[in-house]
Amino acid sequence: MQLTDLTMLELAAKLAAGAVSSEEATRACLERIRQVDPKVRAFLRVDEEGALAAARASDARRKAGSPASALDGVPVGLKDIFLTEGVETTAGSRILEGFVPPYDATVVRLLKEAGLPLVGKLNMDEFAMGSSNESSAYFPSHNPWDLARTPGGSSGGSAAAVAAREVFGALGTDTGGSIRQPAALTNTVGLKPTYGRVSRFGVIAFASSLDQPGPMTRTVADAAALLQLIARHDPQDATSAAVEAPDYSADLEGGVRGLRLGVPREYFTEGMDPEVEASVREALREYERLGATLVDVSLPHTKYALATYYLIAPAEASSNLARYDGIRYGQRAKDARGLKELYALTRERGFGPEVKRRIMLGTYALSAGYYDAYYLRAQKVRTLIREDFTKAFQQVDAVLSPTSPVPAFKLGEKVDDPLSMYLMDVFTLPCNLAGLPGLSVPCGFTKAGLPVGLQILGRPFDEARLLRIARAYEREHDFFLRPAPLQGWPERQASVTPPCP
Amino acid sequence: MPVSDFQPVIGLEVHAQLLTQSKIFCGCSTAFGAEPNRNTCPVCLGMPGVLPVLNQRVVEFAVRTGLALECTVKKTSVWSRKNYFYPDLPKGYQITQYDQPICEHGRLVIDTPQGEKVIRVRRIHMEEDAGKNVHDTSGGQSLVDLNRAGVPLLEIVSEPDLRDADEAVEYLKTLRDVLVYLGVNDGNLEEGSFRCDANVSVMPKGSSTYGQRCELKNLNSFRFLKQAIEYEISRQVDVIESGGKVDQETRLWDVNKGVTRSMRSKEEAHDYRYFPEPDLPPLHVSDAAIDAAAKALPELPRAKLTRFTSQYGLPAYDARILTAERPLADFFEACAAHYADAKKLSNWFLGELMRLLKEEGTPLSALRFTPAQLAELLGAVDKGTVSANAGKDVLGEMFRTGKAPADIIAEKGLAQVSDTGAIEAVVDDILAKNAGEVEKYRAGKKQVFGFFVGQVMRAMKGKGNPALVNELLKKKLGD
Repeated sequence: MQLTDLTMLELAAKLAAGAVSSEEATRACLERIRQVDPKVRAFLRVDEEGALAAARASDARRKAGSPASALDGVPVGLKDIFLTEGVETTAGSRILEGFVPPYDATVVRLLKEAGLPLVGKLNMDEFAMGSSNESSAYFPSHNPWDLARTPGGSSGGSAAAVAAREVFGALGTDTGGSIRQPAALTNTVGLKPTYGRVSRFGVIAFASSLDQPGPMTRTVADAAALLQLIARHDPQDATSAAVEAPDYSADLEGGVRGLRLGVPREYFTEGMDPEVEASVREALREYERLGATLVDVSLPHTKYALATYYLIAPAEASSNLARYDGIRYGQRAKDARGLKELYALTRERGFGPEVKRRIMLGTYALSAGYYDAYYLRAQKVRTLIREDFTKAFQQVDAVLSPTSPVPAFKLGEKVDDPLSMYLMDVFTLPCNLAGLPGLSVPCGFTKAGLPVGLQILGRPFDEARLLRIARAYEREHDFFLRPAPLQGWPERQASVTPPCP
Repeated sequence: MPVSDFQPVIGLEVHAQLLTQSKIFCGCSTAFGAEPNRNTCPVCLGMPGVLPVLNQRVVEFAVRTGLALECTVKKTSVWSRKNYFYPDLPKGYQITQYDQPICEHGRLVIDTPQGEKVIRVRRIHMEEDAGKNVHDTSGGQSLVDLNRAGVPLLEIVSEPDLRDADEAVEYLKTLRDVLVYLGVNDGNLEEGSFRCDANVSVMPKGSSTYGQRCELKNLNSFRFLKQAIEYEISRQVDVIESGGKVDQETRLWDVNKGVTRSMRSKEEAHDYRYFPEPDLPPLHVSDAAIDAAAKALPELPRAKLTRFTSQYGLPAYDARILTAERPLADFFEACAAHYADAKKLSNWFLGELMRLLKEEGTPLSALRFTPAQLAELLGAVDKGTVSANAGKDVLGEMFRTGKAPADIIAEKGLAQVSDTGAIEAVVDDILAKNAGEVEKYRAGKKQVFGFFVGQVMRAMKGKGNPALVNELLKKKLGD
């Protein structure tokens, strides 16, 4: 067994016992990255120097008997959407190529304060817009379970790095499923906290009313431990909740006996991969065996969620991305003559096709004469979707569904078909529209060996219960122990860029 | 139809920078005149990932202003984004309030030649200011200074209740006085901390349908406001008279040419794509906060003016000047507490004190003497200890040195001579030396009296009590 096969908590225990140093663990990560990342391509950049310095500082604290946190010294990675002072941050976009932030995101600061070495920045769909990592301006990441396939998106680099054991855990962000879907596709655990649970300050904004950072790990217990470090009120984020975070690990082993778990009929629809459905149904039966009661529930407005999301998210994005104008930072079209041309060329060259598509969609939805029909209408439907969940949670403690309707698909398979790509998020994005916490936990594999994820949705700020429900299932299975094969795609072809539509 | 057959209709939009220490959504200083881009941080630079956090002081100022303008203060108001591209706008949108502003339905009373007039205030909302583009003509470059980006503004929009340029100027002055009184704005049009756009239209007299309006910009003085509106009224009348139609557009006041010229037509107008700001929750103002602001509201210029005329019996002219600025009014009242004759006190204020303040460029807050000392000086003049003229010198000295009036009078030997014997001796001497003039006087040439007074006062170096000098001269001359 290699050092990198340990979970975060196993490593933390060894660090606490002095059996291994953070520097050794960090070097193990860096070595693993050297070995496998040419195939996986999870990292946009590795901060070897910074990570090792943090590891040595951690070792000094451990030696002095004053660790900064339970996870002091455990190396993790960051989706490239988190601002890191002094370390280039691009959000997977050309327009931010070379942008070195002058400050740390709140969650980055919290991880640094907790003593976690930050190994590097992980690939993502450009500005988190995508479900396959293929809209990254740099290269697509590959799924460690089948290198010909996508690890999902937009936090695909984070999921791939955790699944390939290049890091012990990572932070992602989830706007419509960007943590949970890649987690499902890579046999990892991904948690999108309640909107407002984790600070968005210093997180490059895609859709402000939907974005939420969260942990991506190999086990449920690791997700709980990592969430513990970042779940707190941030006075720099006016949408951050002033709600005290509970001890997420305390009741992890509490089981599901007596819990009422909702099965929304709208989430088991045609078009779902039969093997995915079979795995999820098996997981539901497992919960019954473990003492939970399954309850048929209805979320009637689910069918409008996709359309609602694709009005609200692009509308906010069209405004959030206006700042990338070539004036103050990032790339600028230096050959432009005059202000209008500077704007046009900078953004023409700096943004990829998916980002442009969404800026167009969002600009249209907010335009005079269309606002009421699109944006305002979408906000009203959003309220109905939220009320669906409120009603369901009067009956049940959590709602279970597949995370993704299909397992990992082949790279290049859907890049020409944005609509079918958008459908990848159909089960995940209602949760964002409602601001609820959602978690994806591994629930088996297809015959071809592709991971399947079970999604658990809960009441606002009920993350502890979601983790407990996920853990109850995880305890019965050993999926997380299985190493990804890292096969299926010749290394030398691993860097092809996706075709542009 | 001549211009006089048309009725102008005018509404003003005022942008007032709030006198907060820090910006509206970050902790940067709002101080004016710093080196370019010095008062900035990632938030007001619009860096990736930044989020706004509302400065509560801004809300307090908005509520205070809303109450002073008799608005309804909304318990819930909403922040919106106004989207447009410009280099001085770092985020590519301005955070402002749009369809749900913090204050609505207010009023401001102004004076017109026809008497008091109520101008309705449509709305007041909070927003962030933009930075400044600096065009470096020599290098062909444009530079951006973002020190001003994020400075809090109140936008105060009137209903189109103003009917000519003079009313518009009066409204703007009255509004400025109120804001300065409230301590929320410095009222400086020239530096742009108090800015005004005017919406102007004309309609035939007697009509109730407003004409097409134009928005006038770049009105950075009361004079320009008046000139621009007057020019625009006659321009619009000319357009209509010559069979044309006034186009809805934004026009810029050209200071040098004294004309307004088209800046942007309606077709070129931006679609700002307003939508609720997702980074800021709706703003809630509690009843308690509104009550507290109402209780803390200072007496406003108009109420103070009325009180000055009734309580002190002052003419409206005096009261208006004394209440134009709150510190002056406060100082007057402090002096009046020590000195009973308010009109006499007012004369000293309007004459000597204001002259000194203006000449020396001293703010009232830096005055070196106390209200009691000014009252003491006026008492000394009343008692004849010093002459009124010498009293002015004493005030000047108090102003510069802060010494007590009694000390100045003693040091400078300014005390008036009221000793009858001493004056009598001088009078006798002067009359003896000017026997010819005495003869003329007695022969009926009464104008010569002034000559005697002058001679006596000169001999006494101005210190003779004028009343006594007069009295003794008359007695000696046999009147």
